Amino acid sequence: MKGDEVTTEETPAKRGGFHAIGHGIDRLRDRWENAKIWQRYLVYIALVVGALILPAPAIGAFMSPAADWTTVLIYPIGTYILLAVGLNVVVGQAGLLDLGFVAFFAIGGYSVAYYGTHFGWNYWATVAFGIILAAVSGVILGAPTLRLRGDYLAIVTLGFGEIVRITANNTDEIGGARGITGIPHPPPVFGTKFLLDPAPYYYLIVAAIVLVIIFSVRLQKSRVGRAWAAIREDEDAAELMGVPTFKFKLLAFAIGAMIGGLAGGIYAGKAVFIEPNTFPFILSATILAAVVLGGSGNLPGVILGAFLIGWLPERFRDFADYRILIFGGVLVLMMALRPEGLLPSRRRKAELHEGTGGMGTLGAEVPGPDTDVSTTEAAK
Amino acid sequence: MLDDFLNQFLPSTVGGLVIGSIYALVALGYTMVYGVLRLINFAHSEIFMIGTFASLVTLLAIAPSAPLTGFALVGVLLLLMLVSAAVSGASAVVLETVAYRPLRKRGGTRLAALISAIGASLFLQELFALVVIKGLIDKPGRNQASAPRFVARDTLFTVGNVDVRLDQVIVVVAAVVVMVGLDQLVNKTRIGRGIRATAQDPEAAVLMGVSIDNIVRVTFLLGGAMAGVAGSLYIMEIENTSYLIGFVLGIKAFTAAVLGGIGNLRGALMGGIVLGLIENWGAIFLGSEWKDVIAFTVLVVVLMFRPTGILGESLQKARA
Repeated sequence: MKGDEVTTEETPAKRGGFHAIGHGIDRLRDRWENAKIWQRYLVYIALVVGALILPAPAIGAFMSPAADWTTVLIYPIGTYILLAVGLNVVVGQAGLLDLGFVAFFAIGGYSVAYYGTHFGWNYWATVAFGIILAAVSGVILGAPTLRLRGDYLAIVTLGFGEIVRITANNTDEIGGARGITGIPHPPPVFGTKFLLDPAPYYYLIVAAIVLVIIFSVRLQKSRVGRAWAAIREDEDAAELMGVPTFKFKLLAFAIGAMIGGLAGGIYAGKAVFIEPNTFPFILSATILAAVVLGGSGNLPGVILGAFLIGWLPERFRDFADYRILIFGGVLVLMMALRPEGLLPSRRRKAELHEGTGGMGTLGAEVPGPDTDVSTTEAAK
Repeated sequence: MLDDFLNQFLPSTVGGLVIGSIYALVALGYTMVYGVLRLINFAHSEIFMIGTFASLVTLLAIAPSAPLTGFALVGVLLLLMLVSAAVSGASAVVLETVAYRPLRKRGGTRLAALISAIGASLFLQELFALVVIKGLIDKPGRNQASAPRFVARDTLFTVGNVDVRLDQVIVVVAAVVVMVGLDQLVNKTRIGRGIRATAQDPEAAVLMGVSIDNIVRVTFLLGGAMAGVAGSLYIMEIENTSYLIGFVLGIKAFTAAVLGGIGNLRGALMGGIVLGLIENWGAIFLGSEWKDVIAFTVLVVVLMFRPTGILGESLQKARA
């Protein structure tokens, strides 16, 4: 590739106010990275306590004046966070662009709906089965396509997402375009009944999010996570160093899919009704945007991104007609001003400035007078 | 089943050629931009959508009361194609300036460019949903705007058991003529040489005095204009449009570009037609509700087994 990129690290003073804010966030991140273990655990505990009291009406009055706050916390916010953490495994950690992530969400949801209504399976069994089905379809999608270049992979996954949706639409066995109604609620846990009150579902989704976050962090710090980082930064080099790249990419797809399936299962248990149009392409794009806006590869950033993208449209309902318009505009602006996202990890930010970890640079780029030639690909 | 197939084979073939020509015109935009920038211009589908609306608005302004004939027909057709090509081409240039140029200038990654493209695509869709389409819908509760018929559905000639209609011939002929024109432009003119040089080796092109920014702009302009022509033919043939029209057609056109070998202009024509035919023939067996699934499956299969397409990849290699 002839692409070259400007890698000079700019000082905040050289850039505008937007960048100064970004610089402040980066400082906060660095302080976190130097924090002691007990300090970190204090923050974790504070966060969990915060999540538990979040549905309080007093908070809801400000956060969501129009709709029921607890319901908003489950969908979109909680569901988006779960999906974003799952997609982050694929996009943020392994560096594979997936534009059809909603397919796995759909598979999890349909599995709960279909096996729950037609065969009367236990809810938890259907969720588990949905997760397995999603993982299998992740492997089925990944096996033939993961050898493709980054942007081709994006389009193929997009096609896959649409295939799943249209197939659900055309298959009468799973309700066709009418979808499936009367999906059973989860059975009681420790005497807590899952009925119309949204609170139990909220705690269920918080539990799922906490589990998935722990799982994801452990993975990131393991051999698997390091292999993903190597693949993301330079796939050929990783392969030469003995990382079985294909296997690890497939694993990333399968794990991402499992988390997507889990989100689908929880969503279906609350929603009672799903149809093919519950799973449009725009949802894939939204979740991807949440990951990228928050800071792809950095879990706190991804969660923040998903929270904002789920919450802002609900909070500012007056602009409901314009929200996709604004959303699209923000994506374009964000990519121009701060492509690494609100809360990037230091490593990820460096990668993006070097042009690695993001499928390489654009073509038709020629070094300008102030390009640092030593870091351009031509010099390598 | 076999009887069905034989009966429907020729009509499906004609239908496949018609829709395939439209895919091919849109595919040119993907293929040219990819050749020069290595970027999937995801928002190109919206450029096509804008083209359909440009033609629709022009057609509503002319308001033909009956299907046209003779010079009036040719004149209106040319007018629609010109208006759509101009509007779409201009939109594509604006798109490049707003969504891609800042990224190129700061050496953004292709991931960032793709996300910027998705953002631009959503923005344009919603803009048309909110502003443009509201004034064009004839019935409340619908999100489609329909166009008046201005080309009679007269049979021109009959092949076997199929009547080939005037409008179908117009689509295919117009598409081929426009594409031959583009091919000549890229191969014979100074601008075209600049495009090929940039696709082949941007650094060397700059050293030879090619202005990359101008070439990128011209590439978007030409690709957008092709999508605009496709939009006007679409309005003539399908007779309605909506702000969502671009999405599926865009993926199919991209499939056509990949099928023909991305970056390869003549390949785009072939890819479009092959895709149109496969989709329509497949629909005989599976039913037309599976058309989109067939097209996406073709995309996956082609990328799996021959990612460089049937005719081989790239503007540069094929025409260096």
